Amino acid sequence: MCTNITIRTDVEGSAKGAQGWFRVDTAHVSFDHPFHAPFDHTLNIDLVNERDAATPRVALELSPVAARALAVNILRALEEGAAEAGIELEPAMAAEGAN
Amino acid sequence: MCVGYTGLSAETVQIQGFNGDTIEAYYATPPGDGPFPGVVVIHHMPGWDEWTCEVVRKLAHHGYRAISPHLYSRAGIGDADDMAAKVRAMGGVSDEQAMGDIEAGARYLRAQTGSNDKVGCVGFCSGGRHAYLAAALVPGLDAAVDCWGGGVIVTDPAHLSPQRPVAPIEYTDRIGCPLLGIFGNEDRNPTAEQVNETEAALKRDGKTYEFYRYDGAGHGFFATDRAGYRPEQAVEAWGKVWAFYDRYLR
Repeated sequence: MCTNITIRTDVEGSAKGAQGWFRVDTAHVSFDHPFHAPFDHTLNIDLVNERDAATPRVALELSPVAARALAVNILRALEEGAAEAGIELEPAMAAEGAN
Repeated sequence: MCVGYTGLSAETVQIQGFNGDTIEAYYATPPGDGPFPGVVVIHHMPGWDEWTCEVVRKLAHHGYRAISPHLYSRAGIGDADDMAAKVRAMGGVSDEQAMGDIEAGARYLRAQTGSNDKVGCVGFCSGGRHAYLAAALVPGLDAAVDCWGGGVIVTDPAHLSPQRPVAPIEYTDRIGCPLLGIFGNEDRNPTAEQVNETEAALKRDGKTYEFYRYDGAGHGFFATDRAGYRPEQAVEAWGKVWAFYDRYLR
């Protein structure tokens, strides 16, 4: 099914694509049919620089199981690393809303 | 020996879509002078992908001229998947724009020398929803095939949007051509209950339609590059498509 589920998040950081590193300001997370991955549905992440439309995106299409595992491990690494570095993480920000 | 039009040709062409915009489209034709019927192929939400182009060529193999307008052409220049990602982030294309692009595809097919002046459409997933809409809103279509179009029925108003302001089921009484529906009984969008409800609306309004439902199949069971591919059901359902088009487009 085509879900129309797309959630936008403001982000700060960099990503590396086919043309090298670039700044990213937005992540779009969606759940839909993939373009490439051999699954019926995937969790898709697009990292983009919306201020520079010419910048290519960095894209991921992950199986639902893999996406969940990745999300868990992102939080695990983040919390362990922040604790070691003495960084206080703000409460998780709610998604800004689905498009 | 492969049965069909094995010498087909295919290319990307430019057509004048909604609002006069120039958009790209993938076109395939059997060899010869015709007369040939035409089919507009409506891609699904992930975009104008390789499988969509395979369907265009499959139709040509079976003796139809086929064209698939790239509904995301306006998203800029780039790979089809990147353009789909841009459109996805914007909430999709509007139904009005999609109908204009589908109508443009039909116009292109009829303008080709050797056209028999009959044009149908087929859409998959979100394109199936577009096919249902096109049957009602695109003038002059001779047949429409909705393959598992989700969102034809909208029960939660939150699922309507500026791009999709009206549930397609609301346009049922305006459907002006025969409609073929292909569905998997294990699909969750549309569910079997929603398919029944859509059929009831078509029956109520006296429309010409055929609905076929397949056990053991879910969503997108034609897609040969996906885990949901169901060869037995897909082969049988493609046979329903050919019979339907033979009846209404030749």
